[in-house]
Amino acid sequence: MNTVPISYYLILSAVLFGLGVVAFVFKRNIITIFMAIELMLNAVNLAFVAFARAHNQLDGLVFVFFVIVVAAAEAAVGLAIVLTIVRNRESLNVDRVNQLKF
Amino acid sequence: MTLLNYLCVIPLLPLAGATVNGLFGKRWSKTTVNSIAIGSVALAFLAVAEVVREFWQLAPSQIPYANTYLPWMVAGTFRTDFALQVDQLTVVMLLVVSFVGLLIHIYSTGYMAHEGGYYRFFAYINLFMFFMLTLVLAANVVLMFVGWEGVGLCSYLLIGFWFLKKSATDAGKKAFIVTRLGDLGFTIGILLLFWTFHSVDFNTIFQKAAGMPVESMAAGGVLTSICLLLFTGAIGKSAQLPLYVWLPDAMEGPTPVSALIHAATMVTAGVYMVCRMNPLFSRAPIAMLAVAIVGAVTAFYSATIGLVQTDIKKVLAYSTVSQLGYMFLGAGVGAYAAGIFHLMTHAFFKGLLFLAAGSVIHAMGGEQDMRKMGGLRKEIPVTYWTMLIATLAIAGIPGFAGFFSKDEILNSAASGPHANTWLWALGIVGAGLTSFYMFRLIFLTFFGEGRYDHKKVHVHESPRNMTAPLVILAFLSIVGGWFAAPHLVRGPDYFEDFLHPVFAKYAPGAATGQEQSAVGAAEAGGGVAPSPAMELVHALTGPPVIVAVLGLLAAWWMYIQRPDVPKKWAQSMEGAYALLLNKYYVDEIYIAVIVRPLLWISTNVLWRVVDERVIDGTVNGAGTFARETGGKMRELQSGNARSYATWVVVGAVGFTVLLVALWLKVRS
Repeated sequence: MNTVPISYYLILSAVLFGLGVVAFVFKRNIITIFMAIELMLNAVNLAFVAFARAHNQLDGLVFVFFVIVVAAAEAAVGLAIVLTIVRNRESLNVDRVNQLKF
Repeated sequence: MTLLNYLCVIPLLPLAGATVNGLFGKRWSKTTVNSIAIGSVALAFLAVAEVVREFWQLAPSQIPYANTYLPWMVAGTFRTDFALQVDQLTVVMLLVVSFVGLLIHIYSTGYMAHEGGYYRFFAYINLFMFFMLTLVLAANVVLMFVGWEGVGLCSYLLIGFWFLKKSATDAGKKAFIVTRLGDLGFTIGILLLFWTFHSVDFNTIFQKAAGMPVESMAAGGVLTSICLLLFTGAIGKSAQLPLYVWLPDAMEGPTPVSALIHAATMVTAGVYMVCRMNPLFSRAPIAMLAVAIVGAVTAFYSATIGLVQTDIKKVLAYSTVSQLGYMFLGAGVGAYAAGIFHLMTHAFFKGLLFLAAGSVIHAMGGEQDMRKMGGLRKEIPVTYWTMLIATLAIAGIPGFAGFFSKDEILNSAASGPHANTWLWALGIVGAGLTSFYMFRLIFLTFFGEGRYDHKKVHVHESPRNMTAPLVILAFLSIVGGWFAAPHLVRGPDYFEDFLHPVFAKYAPGAATGQEQSAVGAAEAGGGVAPSPAMELVHALTGPPVIVAVLGLLAAWWMYIQRPDVPKKWAQSMEGAYALLLNKYYVDEIYIAVIVRPLLWISTNVLWRVVDERVIDGTVNGAGTFARETGGKMRELQSGNARSYATWVVVGAVGFTVLLVALWLKVRS
């Protein structure tokens, strides 16, 4: 049975991660940045799953669950922060959140 | 239990008083404060009395009787303990210090009654008693030095007691700094002592010194160096030429302080130290000559300044410097006992003179200028009579204490083992001058017309607690010298005989204990003795008495008979008069030669260059460097979240590149 080679998964994972990074750096909307982070996490998840499958080991899968849990927690906290920022600034633009500096 | 084994009680009592008053006295009433202060000194005096009683029962071999409490500093071969000792010399000093100290404490309750900082005064003066008693009880040089510096500290605190007055704080600083110059020599002397004898304990040093020969007059040696250095300390502390300048200024302090510290006790510490170190001094003839010369010249020199001073306390201050010179003259010609004798009688009559002067100032409402006094004889009779007795004593009129002690010093200078005619002559002239300026003080203050404003000044006799000490001291100023009276008719000199063991034990030539009595007997029996009656006549008409009477008559003629004469003479001898009035311009010379250059160097070199450029430059440079670096670095934290994100990415990429590079390197 023909299987998809692991490199395909890894390339897809790298592309997704790269997209996440670019969005993370260049987007101003805080929700978009948030989604970019999720994208990067899931790109990493994909890489883990691919390796787990290729090496026939469960370690990678376990890691994926951890990442999902962390992502969920992060989403909860992060969205709460986003809410407060919106209430205070009435804007989603991260460039306006620049008070915390020297 | 004998108190001899608990000598530390004596100094610790006043220390306790000082501590309690210093910590809590501010909130207590004056009665409580002075009960504690006087009580502690009175108990100390009783303890001294008990120690002296027990001391009397000791066998000669047990003297000096030492107490060692704790090791203090032990480092290699260096060892010094908290150790106290009593011998005959200590007994004399203890009695003088504790008794005169007690009287002056009592006097102070009257004199300081209306002053602020009452508790502070008594705390300081109790602390002074502690240090002074430590000084005389110490069994080693280092502990003695602690007392020595401690009394200096208390002197500084008490001169500057009225610290809102600039002249008082300046005088305090002057006293502290000038005596510090002498103490530098003292400290080096202590180091040299340890280097030579490998011990700082008096008895060990003296035993080792007893085995050393008398050093030659031409070359000197290590003992001469030690003695000269120690004597430098004494010059500072006992206000001798050229370091005497602090003592007249010290009169800025309250008068009881002048009486206790700057007349009766602390300033005599130098004399005590020289006499304590007699086994060393006796082997260093150059140092002895130096002591005698400094003493005689100071005695004469400051007597001349005393002639024209108008401030009643300044006259007494210069007189103190002069009398201390006599004590050093006595010690310097080998008559240590005579020096200590004069120290004791001087403590009585000079303490009394200061206290009486304080009473006069009190009566005049703070006036110290004798030109604005006069005719006080009737108004304040107790003060007048007691002060007159003290004046007769200091002038050396026969029968009074000062006569016996000064006579002994001058006789030793004339015919002792280290006799020197020139020094004797200086002493005699100084004695005449002493008599003159003291009677000038009496006549200006108590005789003639009152030259003060009768409407403003209400002259009144001092309260009982001030006159009682005057009367007691006046009594002592008369009888204090009578220990030596039988000596005039070839009888024993009880004072000198009592102190004899201290000065004979390690004297050169007295190698063993048995010879002591032989030396004493030889001294007493030398030459063909004239009859006792002739001796007495001789003593009562000797040069010291003649000059004393001449001084008295001259003062009487100038200030009672012909009050116009002093002014005329002052005008006709303007130069000399101005020279004396300005104290030979010594203060001005010191300021020009020492103080100004020192100030210049301190300001322009030490301050502007070393401190500001080198030290501050280094410290500030370190701070500036950190701040500048931080200033540049903090700009990274812009507050822009996306720039942080960029840095994170840059970091991650950089780290990955590094890892890959390392991996490739390991592979190849």
